[in-house]
Amino acid sequence: MLAARFSPSRVGAVVNRNVGALRSGPSYWLVLVSGFFEPVLYLLSIGVGVGALVGDLALPGGRVVDYAVFVAPAMLAVSAMSGALSETTFNFFFKMKYAKTFDAILATPVRPFEIALGELAWAMVRSCVYTGAFLVVMVALGLTSVGWALAAFPATLLVGLAFGGVGMAVSTLMRGWQDFDLLTTGQFALFLFSGTFSPVQDYPLVVEILVGLTPLYHAVELVRGLALGELGWGLLGNAAYLLVMTVAGLAFSARRIQRTLCQ
Amino acid sequence: MAHPTVAVLERHLVLYRRLWRASVFSSFVLPVLFLLSIGVGVGGYVGEVGGVDYLAWIVPGVMASTAFQTAIGESTYSVLGDFKWVRSYHAMRATPVGIGDMVVGRLLYVLFRVEIAAIVFLGITGLFGALHSVWAVLTPVVAALVTLSAAAPVMAFAATIEHDSYFALLFRFVMIPSTLFAGVFFPVAQLPDLVRPLAYVSPLWHGVELSRAATLGVAPPWPVWTHGGYLLVCSAAGLWWAYAAFGKRLQD
Repeated sequence: MLAARFSPSRVGAVVNRNVGALRSGPSYWLVLVSGFFEPVLYLLSIGVGVGALVGDLALPGGRVVDYAVFVAPAMLAVSAMSGALSETTFNFFFKMKYAKTFDAILATPVRPFEIALGELAWAMVRSCVYTGAFLVVMVALGLTSVGWALAAFPATLLVGLAFGGVGMAVSTLMRGWQDFDLLTTGQFALFLFSGTFSPVQDYPLVVEILVGLTPLYHAVELVRGLALGELGWGLLGNAAYLLVMTVAGLAFSARRIQRTLCQ
Repeated sequence: MAHPTVAVLERHLVLYRRLWRASVFSSFVLPVLFLLSIGVGVGGYVGEVGGVDYLAWIVPGVMASTAFQTAIGESTYSVLGDFKWVRSYHAMRATPVGIGDMVVGRLLYVLFRVEIAAIVFLGITGLFGALHSVWAVLTPVVAALVTLSAAAPVMAFAATIEHDSYFALLFRFVMIPSTLFAGVFFPVAQLPDLVRPLAYVSPLWHGVELSRAATLGVAPPWPVWTHGGYLLVCSAAGLWWAYAAFGKRLQD
């Protein structure tokens, strides 16, 4: 099918276009870099500030940790999600619908699946910059060790891929900017209820099961498990969920690009 | 013939009638979700702050910060857009509408947005049992002061810039830090000595403390008139700046 063949050099060309576009002005740079501060501010406010009110918190495994230690890996997962999403939603939509960037790219030998891969790869660059810097902050604040930080990094990559892929797929379905309100609301609701600020075991059972179906929950579980060194077989399930998101998101986006732009 | 200020307000309301659905989430649903996640979820671990349960403690803060965020949100892209892309201010200038009418008319519209959200939120939090004093009825007034002190200067800022990326920076370096560190979620007394004055500078902190004093029926940390006076001074300075910035931009 679509995914059957692709050339790395053509995917690289798509990434390269985005790198070139960075030179369009200093403001885009600033916005890109400043995105890193948001989760850090949340960590300091809720993790450290509210954490001082909370005191210690018992993990499901029984280990008792500082509240900031509990919140930090969740903010890390959120930063991987938002880094990838900010590139594959607003920017992707703008390029697809208004800037006609993809129409132009498709006039070259590059194929739809390669555009999807290239855009996702570019989103990952942004996501990695955020998560890498955030992990440094976590280690500096003593919220994780260097070893577990290195273990958590690949997990954040998977989180970025999963949300980037699905974000791109959703963007191909958007009718206009108004639809993005729904997306940001959904993103914010996930942010609040995925076991980010309090353990999901506190929720009523029905809510807990519902949360278990949503993607950020699996991202938080996986990243938290690795960053805190709380390993279990469940982490494989979380990883599988994210892997399916990645593949489905990519395949769907490529098909939509093909159908809307190649006819 | 309506007064020109009213005409400007009417124009914004007519536009809002087409777009109100999109604002339902940001104005009504998100603040409630916030309360559930942080107030109830995290609150279960916090217990009590200042003698009341955590939910009751953050309710006035979330209300003031919703006013703050709505005020800023409604004064950024749409103001720049009305100058740059829609050019409605240039259209207004060709009518008897003066600079003051443009500024005040828009502020009245933002106040309308915030007041509806504030009153609905007050009702919902009442159902949660998070209001401890009849003074709570004054919180919409506080929300109005917060709105003016935030919307007026941001409107002025929006009138002076050429590129909308500055808004992303405004959100990241002003709006979100204010929301997170101005006493909404934890007392500013917990902030390091060096950072605390920054919270005092933010109009949001004064709004949060006034609202909290009202819903809990306790005295705010500073005398009421200093909090209120600061918000009025910020509003007046913002208005003056907005008037100047609008006038300057329309001179081309």
